[in-house]
Amino acid sequence: MSVLVLIEHNNQNIKVSSFNTITAAKKIDKSVHAIVLGENCSKIADQISKCEGIEEVFIADNAIYKNHIAENIAPIVVELASNYSHILAPSSTFGKNIMPRIAALLDVAQISDIMSVESSDTFIRPIYAGNANLKVKSTDKKKIITVRTTNFEATKINGGNSKITKINKNEDAGLSKFVKNELNKSDRPELTAAGIVISGGRGMLSGKNFSLLEEIADKLKAAVGASRAAVDAGFVPNDYQVGQTGKVVAPELYIAVGISGAIQHLAGMKDSKIIVAINKDEEAPIFQVADYGIVGDLFKILPELSKELDKIKS
Amino acid sequence: MKILVPVKRVVDYNVKIKVKSDNSGVDLENVKMAMNPFDEIAVEEAVRLKEKKLCDEITAISIGSAKSEETLRTALAIGVDKGILVETEEEVQPLEVAKILKEVVKKNNPDLVLMGKQAIDDDSNQTGQMLAALLGWPQGTFASKLEINGKKINVTREIDGGLETLGMELPAIITTDLRLNEPRYASLPNIMKAKQKPVEKITPNDLNVEIKQRLKTLKVTEPPKKTPGIKVDSVQELISKLHEVEKVI
Repeated sequence: MSVLVLIEHNNQNIKVSSFNTITAAKKIDKSVHAIVLGENCSKIADQISKCEGIEEVFIADNAIYKNHIAENIAPIVVELASNYSHILAPSSTFGKNIMPRIAALLDVAQISDIMSVESSDTFIRPIYAGNANLKVKSTDKKKIITVRTTNFEATKINGGNSKITKINKNEDAGLSKFVKNELNKSDRPELTAAGIVISGGRGMLSGKNFSLLEEIADKLKAAVGASRAAVDAGFVPNDYQVGQTGKVVAPELYIAVGISGAIQHLAGMKDSKIIVAINKDEEAPIFQVADYGIVGDLFKILPELSKELDKIKS
Repeated sequence: MKILVPVKRVVDYNVKIKVKSDNSGVDLENVKMAMNPFDEIAVEEAVRLKEKKLCDEITAISIGSAKSEETLRTALAIGVDKGILVETEEEVQPLEVAKILKEVVKKNNPDLVLMGKQAIDDDSNQTGQMLAALLGWPQGTFASKLEINGKKINVTREIDGGLETLGMELPAIITTDLRLNEPRYASLPNIMKAKQKPVEKITPNDLNVEIKQRLKTLKVTEPPKKTPGIKVDSVQELISKLHEVEKVI
């Protein structure tokens, strides 16, 4: 049987997490299908149909799917489920919200946040904020899985041309209604997809001081993140949070500024290739995971860093 | 309005856990345990709703060994009215937790189930959504704000791009995110009072829920250790390492 991937998108663009999830699906079985649920999202389905290794794309294009309400999406996926051995989605707030609802309706367990595929029924996933890795075997006939996207490369769009099948369904479960959203707009790359991330913690002292990080982020084409402490203090919005309950990132370079390095934060960034820590407290736990550390006052170090970057860029 | 709050006994969030040497699991002997932090937020929110006279009665429920009664007593000390302990020595995975909760919901008829979005031990983030599916109720996950108006509830959710607000009608399942509130500390008199509050003890069997381990633990390992890094003395040195040695900038 084939593997089905739920595509995460915003009706305009596909989220990179979808391409990582397709890669994970291909490690389970050669036959991978995808489903696009949304409104006016035929462009998304077209792009997915050109993805390497996708055999068939289903599209359900209707206003009731526009905002990815779990109560509306779960029934349509459950209806398709009989043809699939595995159903996958990224472990983003999109996948985390919807997949357990699907699993329960199918009366099967969910395997959350897989980091690797050992076989079609065995996976490795983090537990205890990533302080232990669990190798787990699912005994259910169907596997509902969310994927830790940083552990899988993104599948490429290579000009394939798989079949697109329309699903005509428009049953509104009538349980939840979209009221509004407040999305943070930024020209910088998405945190989970950026090659370089620079994050600030409580040591930044204010939201205004994050401009010091933004200046460097713009020079490095980096995303800006934060620790829970910085978000709780109101310095930056919630979607900046990197950690156990926020976003998980694994960029080429992660720069932690004024972040002490609580285990909950380390859970979200310790798989980064190179970690740099800037902190005035030389005992801060962040230095234990850092490849390079500077002990000192971030308000002196950051402007200097910005100036030095100009030198190598010129 | 009646509120049900499930609470889980987990390793305290400050504890640095150790993997057992036979790789069968995490060592929980003599480790400090506490209420799952997200469940504490759920308890706090329920108590605040009661203080605003929007709720008449709060029941907390915990599933686990006899020691989970301590976790229920913590909830009772914060302001919950009564507890239910579903006692079992077996590992109960999210789907079976949801099935137990469903049976309790059918008996107790709460209007709202307020629960943590995930437990910090297995980090599954599933139970609330599963319970909502089993009951056919709406789900407001990862909530950072609740606005209740009669039977209507608006839930502001923390999502990857920012915030989203959904509207739904009670009964509903809400799972809490970090910024919904800051839980209070229980006062000593309230801790004493909590000892007198009723805790009903039942088993999964009483609810006709069969505990199955659908997910088998094969091996638990420590993540690979990083080789210790180096401290550099200047920004110039840092830049040259990143630029010339690591080639990441």
